[in-house]
Amino acid sequence: MGRQYQVTETSSGQRFSCAEDQPVLTAMEQHGLFCVPVGCRGGGCGLCKVRVLAGDYECGRMSCKHVPAEAREQGYVLACRLFARSDLRIERYAKPCSESTVDPQQRQEVSL
Amino acid sequence: MKKGVMRPGHVQLRVLDMAKALEHYVELLGLIEVDRDQQGRVYLKAWTETDKFSVVLREADEPGMDFMGFKVIDDACLSRLAGELQEFGCQVEELPAGELKDCGRRVQFTSPSGHRFELFAQKQITGKWGLDEVNPEAWPRGLKGMRAVRFDHCLLYGDELDETLRLFTEVLGFTLAEQVLDGGTRIAQFLSLCMKAHDVAFILHPEKGRFHHASFFLETWEDVLRAADLISMTDTSIDIGPTRHGLTHGKTIYFFDPSGNRNEVQTGSYRTYADTPTVTWTADQLARGIFYIQREVANTFLTQVT
Repeated sequence: MGRQYQVTETSSGQRFSCAEDQPVLTAMEQHGLFCVPVGCRGGGCGLCKVRVLAGDYECGRMSCKHVPAEAREQGYVLACRLFARSDLRIERYAKPCSESTVDPQQRQEVSL
Repeated sequence: MKKGVMRPGHVQLRVLDMAKALEHYVELLGLIEVDRDQQGRVYLKAWTETDKFSVVLREADEPGMDFMGFKVIDDACLSRLAGELQEFGCQVEELPAGELKDCGRRVQFTSPSGHRFELFAQKQITGKWGLDEVNPEAWPRGLKGMRAVRFDHCLLYGDELDETLRLFTEVLGFTLAEQVLDGGTRIAQFLSLCMKAHDVAFILHPEKGRFHHASFFLETWEDVLRAADLISMTDTSIDIGPTRHGLTHGKTIYFFDPSGNRNEVQTGSYRTYADTPTVTWTADQLARGIFYIQREVANTFLTQVT
């Protein structure tokens, strides 16, 4: 079994452990938590966007529509493609940052 | 088929990682890899399809749909429809034969909903995979995973549904098989070319040009349950199901490819004909219309698109 790190989602205060070879979103789901919205789990839809506030991490491939290069430099990532390399403090994405697209979390306001 | 458009012919999807995508579309869904081109695109087909390919995958840094193609009855029809599309107000682009391998010239246009579509008349006919043309067996051995039978339809999210409906019915000869009305506003439209309950569908969404899912046909409900088992066995990201739709009455399961593009495998929709009246659902019964059994819709089903 690989290393385990602690991940804290700051807006909910929820905390869970995450293995180094497991996406942060998967670890959250396995703990039965909902502090980050779950969409495609494939780096495509942008629903699980978070900002890493503190800690070391690596990322798998993500849609550039939801995480353009400049957003990535600011610590924005999709939690389904986020791998912890130390304990992490992450924050659920709440408002659009640099990208010009409709925020997928705001789409939930739309009735259909 | 009133205007000579026969059926969905292919869809080109963008994926983030080709190797992972092929593990999904070939090993899990059961499509067959038939070719690759110099651009790195990979061509796939389902086993019952007689044309060479129906799914094209292209590696890109953003998932989603590049275009969906429909096959028309002959080249004269293709030329006529290119003219009618222009008269409608579409900007039409012609792509030469061979741009997609072993496919004839294609006429591309963008619908008012912001989606790229194309028409073509010719594609190499390679026959059903693994079966002889004469005295064919019932099915070929060696099919993988869900053993998808055919590429069936796409559901697309975008705006300007009224103009999109006008384009698909008046120019391309689709019929409106089913719709969802919210008061006077049509918020969903399921369009048919022939006898399937839908060959393409649109749902109202504030962003143009978004992709909800590509659907593949299976023969039976038992096959859908077996697909569900395979989704679990492979730890594939599941969306919803197995369940039944009110709309189209299809029996279905939704899941995601490794790049976040939604897929469906489904069976059991009703047949429709050109004279079948349009079926209407009202927005207050939408949850039952979408998921007939649960009568509730997870937020992600309405909001997650690529």
